[in-house]
Amino acid sequence: MLIPRIIPCLDCRDGRVVKGVKFQGLRDAGDPAELAAAYEAQGADELVLLDVSATPEGRSHQVETVRKVREKLSIPMTVGGGVRNAENARALLEAGADKVGVNTAAVHDPTVLTEIATRFGSQCAIIAIDAAAPAEGDGWEVVILSGTKRTGIDAIEWAQRAVEHGAGEILLTSWDRDGTRSGYDNELMRAVSKAVTVPVIASGGADSPEHFVEALRAGADAVLAASIFHYGDYTVQELKQLLQREGIEVRL
Amino acid sequence: MDVCIVRTGIANMASVMAGLRRAGASPHVSDGASEVAQAPAVVLPGVGAFGAGMKLLRENGLIAPLRQRIDEGRPTLAVCLGLQLLLEQSEESPGETGLAVVPGAGATRFPPTVRVPQMGWNRVEPEKGCALLEPGYAYFANSFRLEQPPGGWSSARTEHAGPFISAFERGAVMACQFHPELSGRWGLDLLRRWLERARRA
Repeated sequence: MLIPRIIPCLDCRDGRVVKGVKFQGLRDAGDPAELAAAYEAQGADELVLLDVSATPEGRSHQVETVRKVREKLSIPMTVGGGVRNAENARALLEAGADKVGVNTAAVHDPTVLTEIATRFGSQCAIIAIDAAAPAEGDGWEVVILSGTKRTGIDAIEWAQRAVEHGAGEILLTSWDRDGTRSGYDNELMRAVSKAVTVPVIASGGADSPEHFVEALRAGADAVLAASIFHYGDYTVQELKQLLQREGIEVRL
Repeated sequence: MDVCIVRTGIANMASVMAGLRRAGASPHVSDGASEVAQAPAVVLPGVGAFGAGMKLLRENGLIAPLRQRIDEGRPTLAVCLGLQLLLEQSEESPGETGLAVVPGAGATRFPPTVRVPQMGWNRVEPEKGCALLEPGYAYFANSFRLEQPPGGWSSARTEHAGPFISAFERGAVMACQFHPELSGRWGLDLLRRWLERARRA
């Protein structure tokens, strides 16, 4: 039986970890390799490294950051942020990423997923979906360009289409909840989790151990969080011990 | 210890290199037939497709050297797709013949009743007779698996849509469906035991 994964996310800008709400008011939070090693020591099951650099110059640190983190890290690492094509993916995989997350570029052209999956295996091709409640009506729509642009695309249909194009995992972020610490969007998780057979990672909104439990019960295979760990509310190990008390199998 | 990693593509090479370095080895990457034949220890990594993996091994003349060193029990570690390449066939690439170190065996796809790919941590339970493998959680990323234990090897089992063979070992030769280089402290310890066993071979 696969057990749920607890995944801390490091938002990186210009080669440094930053923290803030919805990429606004970012503050320096440390060295990526040191933080990555600390999270592994706490019992993290995997790590996501998300580049939120605002400029190409800032993003030029990304490959070097991945290389430095890889040297220290004995758990899987997914890298995302600004990945546009299979060549970007190749550079990140070569530097030590195990999976590459594609977001906006795949919405513009889903065949980028097919190319990454064909060249490097579908387990490398992660579709990162930012979903938000539409201005009118039910369901969720896909938002891109760090939430600045609504697409009108149905998030559930997009999840299925991305998998058909080769995505081997879904990183599902509720844009409404991200940074709000009000809990994951479990209805969104339930809908996506049922619609696909690939694993789905819940992201956006975690603030308490109950939020993790609810997301896992809603069908998440893994749960991602940033601020709850960065601000030291809980260590990964403390969180896992609390999950275990709820009857959830974890790796301690 | 000098370890030759067989070049089978790009993905995961850096993780395998870094993992071996952390375990105390000096790894380098090669696709040279004589080097793969003579290296004191060889790692056959590999992610991606069975057919593409075999094509690469064939083009580089690596099929005979790999088969020979495994038949002779010389230190070899196969990881993930590397394990499946030791079989005779795979549902992933019908008609393609593997290294057939385990003759007659084939990899089959996980049914759609479970998450495919199997992506994440799962429990490894070695049978009696395993010298290197120990119980624990390992990280997997695979859509195909070996269902029956190979004869003449000591195996470990894991559950995902029923039991499958997550690793097998014989002397200094070991094949892991999981990624020891991504399996935290448990995986690092396994790499160290294999390297220690390789030094004594």
